Amino acid sequence: MEVLSLLANGMLLALQPLNLALILIGVSVGLFIGAMPGLGSVNGVAILLPVTFLVPPSGAIIFLAAIYYGAMYGGAISSITLGIPGASTAVATTFDGRPLARQGRASLALVTAALASFVGGTVANVLFTLFAPLLANVALSFGPPEVFALMLLAFATFIGLGGDDIPKTIFSICFGLVLGAVGFDQISGAPRLVLFDINGFLQGIGFLVLAIGVYGIGEMLWTIEQTRGEVTTTTPKMTVKGMAADTKEAVAKGWKGTTIGSFLGFFVGVLPAAGATPGSLMSYGVAKMISRRPGEFGKGNPDGVAAPEAANNSASTGSMLPMLTLGIPGSPTTAILLGGMVIWGLVPGPRLFVDETEFVWGLIGSFYISNVAAVLINLAFIPVFIWMLRMPFTILAPMIFVLSITGGYAATRDMFDVWLMVIFGIGAFFLRKFDYPLAPAVLAIVLGPIAEPTLRQSLLLSSGDPSIFFTRPIAGPITVVALILIFLPALKLLRRGRAKRPDEGRTTS
Amino acid sequence: MRNGEIVTAGVLALFSLYLMWKSAELPIGYISGQGPGGGAWPFWLSAIMLVCCGFTAFNWWRRTSPPSQSDEPMLDSYGWRMLFLVGGGIVVFVGLVNVISMYGAIAVFLLYYTRYLGRHGWPLSLSLALITPVLFFFFFEGAMRITLPSGMPFTDPVFNVLYEIIY
Repeated sequence: MEVLSLLANGMLLALQPLNLALILIGVSVGLFIGAMPGLGSVNGVAILLPVTFLVPPSGAIIFLAAIYYGAMYGGAISSITLGIPGASTAVATTFDGRPLARQGRASLALVTAALASFVGGTVANVLFTLFAPLLANVALSFGPPEVFALMLLAFATFIGLGGDDIPKTIFSICFGLVLGAVGFDQISGAPRLVLFDINGFLQGIGFLVLAIGVYGIGEMLWTIEQTRGEVTTTTPKMTVKGMAADTKEAVAKGWKGTTIGSFLGFFVGVLPAAGATPGSLMSYGVAKMISRRPGEFGKGNPDGVAAPEAANNSASTGSMLPMLTLGIPGSPTTAILLGGMVIWGLVPGPRLFVDETEFVWGLIGSFYISNVAAVLINLAFIPVFIWMLRMPFTILAPMIFVLSITGGYAATRDMFDVWLMVIFGIGAFFLRKFDYPLAPAVLAIVLGPIAEPTLRQSLLLSSGDPSIFFTRPIAGPITVVALILIFLPALKLLRRGRAKRPDEGRTTS
Repeated sequence: MRNGEIVTAGVLALFSLYLMWKSAELPIGYISGQGPGGGAWPFWLSAIMLVCCGFTAFNWWRRTSPPSQSDEPMLDSYGWRMLFLVGGGIVVFVGLVNVISMYGAIAVFLLYYTRYLGRHGWPLSLSLALITPVLFFFFFEGAMRITLPSGMPFTDPVFNVLYEIIY
């Protein structure tokens, strides 16, 4: 009951006119920034951090959290309408969101994304309110072996994403992981994999460089080549009745993915080293795995949009938990929020809930309000996003190329990365011709920098003994499930091969 | 497509070998008291990539993958033309960024694409080519405080006028 009364006070604080205005502005700005390829919540929060010195600390953090919320909703927009994941958290949304848009069902995809994000955010808020201190302790019990096991599980779910050509899928995963290792060795600090001795590689290869190259350039070249330039852009009619029908369909076809994403995303988000990206892709993988029709994933299944979207919103709330309770940021955005709190004179950590009750509960209350504001603003803007898709393809395509190049540059401010993006784009076009799945590479480049140090730290802890991943109570079961998932497709292929052989024997005799 | 698949697998195998060699510049084994060497992670991943290329070649030989069963060319004349015009356009676009600024390059690329490839009329092509870079300027430089390349010094007078407006 005490929690409810604290939450009610927090909501009242968030609903004060100034704070409510900050929420509405923050969500709208975040939605727009999140929808721009190359810009994400981290850009919005970092750029607007100085603005928050004009308002009291509670209003400031509420504003920044609202931007964070808006950006998480906005990430889905470019994934669905343009096919470019604006942020790593929205990569998995592209897999089914883009096919839906191509089928003229962009509004269904956008409504599904908005509703799933709303449910994910709400579930996360409730879990946050009820179990914050408890979950913070669970998260603390995750050491390097547990986090690596979790990464292994994420990679295992990738293997299911690439269709039947397992060698090409594994190649793609390893390729992404190796690209993630370019630059410097994180532990010794020595230069590593400086390809062809080009100094530009010293700064590493960012996720966005590969993602925009693959999706913004490679995918567009592929579309133009496959459709001979006669791309039929979708012309969905946006009516109130149509949106109501989409809402009904989104609920009916996306509830399973939403449920998985909401809970799994929150749990992964709570872990200090993980965050929204692993959460969203693991949710996609799990939703596909338990689906009765996994073959529909990647072709425009609303569950494939709902799972990652619910997860990335849920995880972004979850990642606030270690920040507030332990002072450990779970993502780059929460790291900036943490910095802001320190500047405002607040000390994140276990004492924050005791010493700054009004601030903490005001923030938690604002999560609820921001979530409602974000879903309403997002739904209201859907006709605008759909309008973009009604542009002739000969206008939409160059605009996507321009957004890709400027977005790619804006992220790192380095022309080397833009050239690399173009090379990746043209390379991706050719690899796609030969059925190499590229999504696993994009996801692997994000997770590689988390996976490698945790693997090395784990092996250091065990003096090189890999059994550490099997003997620890949390890491053990996760590793076993991951290995089963990795070897399952190979076993399926073997069984299929054996089943074929007697049939072939029969037909020849 | 059949020839293309084995050539691609071969090129990727060579690239994997190169990555293995490059990774081996740092220790790739276990160093007592320090854990796995700095090159171990990329080396063994590249080794797995090489093995995967081997499997891809094996599947090509067995004709089990769709490209290995296809006798169609990898790209027909339309495909090569498209790649040259669109891909080449993007390369020129990026090449122009350091000469006529990001905004100038956007204008040229949009004009080229909408007028020459898209066959839209001059009014639409010109409006898009002129309005888009201006909007991008105010968004990136004005709102986001992100400076995009301004090209060679001869573009300075234009940028001076625009900076006067936003600062």
